[in-house]
Amino acid sequence: MIRNRKLANQLFGLFALLCAGVWMFPLYWAFVTSIRSEQNVVGGGGVLPDEFNLASYIDVIFRTNLMRWYVNSVGTAAITTAVVLLFGVMCAYALSQIKFPGRRLLYGVVLLSFMVPPQALYVAQFILMNDLGQVNKWGGIILPQLIVPVVIVVYKQFFDAVPKELREAAVLDGASEFKLLFKVYLPLNWGITTALGIVTFIATWNEFFLPFLVVTSETQMTIPVGITQVNDAFGVAYARIMSVALLAAAPVAIAYLIFQRKVTEAVMISSGIKG
Amino acid sequence: MSLQSRRRKANLTAMVLIAPFVATFAIFFAYPTLKVLQLSFTDSPLIGDGNWIGVDNYVRLLGDRLFYTSLVNNAYFVLLTVIPTTAIALGIALMISRLRGRLQALIMVLFFFPYILPVSVVTLIWTWMLDFQYGILQGVFTLFTGKPVAVFKNPHWVMPVIAAVTIWWTNGFNVLLFLAGLRNIPTDLYEAAKLDGATAWQRFRRVTWPLLWPITAMVLTLQLILQLKIFDQVYLLSKGGPFNSSYVLLLQVYREAFQLDHGGYGSAIAMTLVVIIVIFSVLQFQLLRVVGRR
Repeated sequence: MIRNRKLANQLFGLFALLCAGVWMFPLYWAFVTSIRSEQNVVGGGGVLPDEFNLASYIDVIFRTNLMRWYVNSVGTAAITTAVVLLFGVMCAYALSQIKFPGRRLLYGVVLLSFMVPPQALYVAQFILMNDLGQVNKWGGIILPQLIVPVVIVVYKQFFDAVPKELREAAVLDGASEFKLLFKVYLPLNWGITTALGIVTFIATWNEFFLPFLVVTSETQMTIPVGITQVNDAFGVAYARIMSVALLAAAPVAIAYLIFQRKVTEAVMISSGIKG
Repeated sequence: MSLQSRRRKANLTAMVLIAPFVATFAIFFAYPTLKVLQLSFTDSPLIGDGNWIGVDNYVRLLGDRLFYTSLVNNAYFVLLTVIPTTAIALGIALMISRLRGRLQALIMVLFFFPYILPVSVVTLIWTWMLDFQYGILQGVFTLFTGKPVAVFKNPHWVMPVIAAVTIWWTNGFNVLLFLAGLRNIPTDLYEAAKLDGATAWQRFRRVTWPLLWPITAMVLTLQLILQLKIFDQVYLLSKGGPFNSSYVLLLQVYREAFQLDHGGYGSAIAMTLVVIIVIFSVLQFQLLRVVGRR
């Protein structure tokens, strides 16, 4: 009986692995394609890798603006994340810890802004970026992405939960609000900061529509927009296209595989599932 | 220090703390929102001034065939993605929750992985998988329809295929939510049910499903709102074609405002989408409140 149970569990595990394998097949196939020569790719080769040819990787690295796109993506995503977190934590701290007139109104507006889809505003964002001279600049990619209401909501929730005694003791010692925020509340909730940072960074890194509208110059593109140009540059050349796609995915993918626990936790915190 | 001056100082500190966010919010969120609203009542080009024309744009929408096509396609896409992705995610989560230890972690990583990919990586890979001449999945199409199918040039296949690609890409997020929900169900409930001789199906029907319902409701409404905002995948895979069979609202906003230089009319379509999403968001909010989440 028990042996049967164990066997059933093992079979179930095998079945789960098979399902996950099928789910991952597109990525496997992209990889197999990327390490073949172009002739072999369209030559009806089998499902198994039969060649280890890095020519297309070398080609896309040296003959496209991939490196520029990396720099643009890392730069814009890092700046956006830093600004969103800094402005967000300051505002959330005030909302949570200081009784000032208008705080209910401000929080209400933050909650309301959840409902407005950012994509619907892109026409006006583009006009604004044009007026500010930010088209084809990092500013045009960063500025419209600075409003992430969930950051304020999550920080506020966690600040609300910090015991009041801590604050009273610090105030008696003569600590200012700024000191309280940056020396007590922020370090106490360091996990939240990394979680929100991860989620904001991935969202900005992956954003397609906005940079697609604001950037037309190939050297100013971010990764998700830039790699769609490779199609046009090479024509039908799937080994190269798969190489560029995998290279584009690599940084966040590797970071995810290393910090996967942290990332899943981050996604859960920012969706309000786990406190 | 008097109470009053202390309060004044606190207010001042609060103002300094909220100022950066409030300023960016006003310039890069509130202003664009009002601007789109205002533009929707004008005949402005994308860049430059136009005339106030009242509700003419909205009246024009009522007679715009492409607008109806887009609305219907948005609804069709919601139908094709929301319930299937919820069901698939629930199935995968139930499967993962039965596993233990490292195998569980590994399987979860594999199913979540596509979620962290940029949309254009996803569409490039699937364009290759489904390539008419050399795509590896054409074998599957040949098996069922007898011949290869140029899916993104076929009005019947284009939306279901874009929906499938979208589910593959975003499903991991829903799996995660369901797994969190399953973990919160106390195990003694299952043991009690088992002692009472409940079958696996009865345990799911009487314990898992009702206790998981808050999460299911949340996934359904989150997906509904998310899928109404589809643009990226459609633009990258089919550009709305063939014969507008995959045209959606945001694609029409893009075409009107950025390609035809009709900033005013494009804004009116965008406002319609805002209204639709606000309605569903209010519904979602009420639902989540009923369900009793924080």
